[in-house]
Amino acid sequence: MELFVQQVLAGLATGGIYACMALAVVMIYQAIDHLNFAQGEMAMFSTFIAWQLLQWGLPYWAAFILTIGISFVAGVLIERIVFKPIQNAPVLSHVVVFIALFAILNSLAGFIWDFTIKEFPTPFGSSPLLGSGLIGSHQAGMIAVTLVVLLFLYVFFRYTRVGLAMRAAAGNPESARLVGIRVGWMVALGWGMAAAIGAIAGMLIAPVVFLEPNMMLSILLYGFAGAVLGGLTSPGGAVIGGFSLGVLENLAGTYIPVVGSELKHPIALVVIVAVLVLKPGGLFGRVSVQRV
Amino acid sequence: MTTLLNVRGLRAAYGDIQVLHGLDFALEEGSVTTLLGANGAGKTTTLRALCGMIRAAGDVTFAGKRITGWATEDVVRLGIAHVPQGRGTFTRLTVEENLQLGAMTRRDRAGVAGDIERMYGYFPRLKERRLQQAGTLSGGEQQMLAVGRALMLRPRMMLLDEPSFGLAPLIVRELFDILGTINREEGVSLLVVEQNAALALGLATDAYLIETGRIVMSGAAATIREDESVRRSYLGY
Repeated sequence: MELFVQQVLAGLATGGIYACMALAVVMIYQAIDHLNFAQGEMAMFSTFIAWQLLQWGLPYWAAFILTIGISFVAGVLIERIVFKPIQNAPVLSHVVVFIALFAILNSLAGFIWDFTIKEFPTPFGSSPLLGSGLIGSHQAGMIAVTLVVLLFLYVFFRYTRVGLAMRAAAGNPESARLVGIRVGWMVALGWGMAAAIGAIAGMLIAPVVFLEPNMMLSILLYGFAGAVLGGLTSPGGAVIGGFSLGVLENLAGTYIPVVGSELKHPIALVVIVAVLVLKPGGLFGRVSVQRV
Repeated sequence: MTTLLNVRGLRAAYGDIQVLHGLDFALEEGSVTTLLGANGAGKTTTLRALCGMIRAAGDVTFAGKRITGWATEDVVRLGIAHVPQGRGTFTRLTVEENLQLGAMTRRDRAGVAGDIERMYGYFPRLKERRLQQAGTLSGGEQQMLAVGRALMLRPRMMLLDEPSFGLAPLIVRELFDILGTINREEGVSLLVVEQNAALALGLATDAYLIETGRIVMSGAAATIREDESVRRSYLGY
């Protein structure tokens, strides 16, 4: 029993990483209806910017806030400069640009900051929480921040005009224009927010996996899996999906002898396939009903 | 009466195919004007060109402003509300959110809240379903919602594209009664595109007949209704 509790808690801790990333993935999916393959690299790049700011002597939280701001602006600029010109192009063109962006950011980070692994500080300390040894204080802090971001998003989309306008622009751009919403700016705003959330995820993840240009490769996969599991249309679902995935991965590694730690990673892929086959809308995704 | 909308030489094309070949028409403030014509005559294209949903050339003046080439979002801000073909429902949002969106360009919170209640007065069925996902409404209810959403703008002019399309006759009559009320009591000018000519001529004060992208006849609705050729081709008696 103790082993079980310990594994679940450890799973929640890694799940927090996936949840963070899944949230960023859902955010951009809501805004542009595509999965952004460059999302992880954007987050990685933001984390390097934070690292650089820290190297220049900024206090942690100042660097944290500043990085979020810089990432937001960068996200908006990427949309305006790269994606606005191809907004009417077919999906495949977008996919190609996503991949290009992925490669560019990855090599650029390597070029500027080189590929050696760097340590990234945590503001929450690394001592075990409550002295129990079950979950570290950084993990607990990470989960808390993820939940705060989720709450912020919920309030933003549910109760603000801009949030409503963004949902409308994503669901039906033509009608959104007809009620006077500037759809292009809503999309740019979505990119900015996704980049900002990605930056938060990157800065929280970096103390665990260490900072280097390829840090996000497997995490993005888990982020996608978490988002698909929870439902791509539901930020809350994505967070729950991320946590579930972390727990599932840990329990499978512990209790299914064949899986072990070697086969833990393909679990994300198995989950993606299983969800798409059995419940394409995800566990919490809203399946939109339409009468014609 | 003053001219609210003046259209001169309106031309539009989809790719290489010219759809509108220089359309001239006008709409008087407070009137109900209808554009009649067969399938493919260019009625929908005309409405889409007016509010910047497709590129168009020519001269369109609304309330003294030349709006040719304006972006849709800016045309809307002048007080032109478009109820598009297919109703343009935000299917994943609730009925009430759909109505709120109609007032997106307005800043007066209290006025918006009051207008939502006013729409529920016109369309009680929408009030019953206010928290329901709008995509689950019936066709008639969605058309009511589309009209309600357009009115939330407090428009000076409303464009309606085939409002009767796919609706049961009883619902159509209810809808057109409400449109008449809106025009009389709120002073909103209506530009109605309809295939059902008898219906449209019953509501309209002025009418234009479009054939393959050109105006071929215009006049008071009552006069057009009496015209021999219109009667034979469009009214069917």
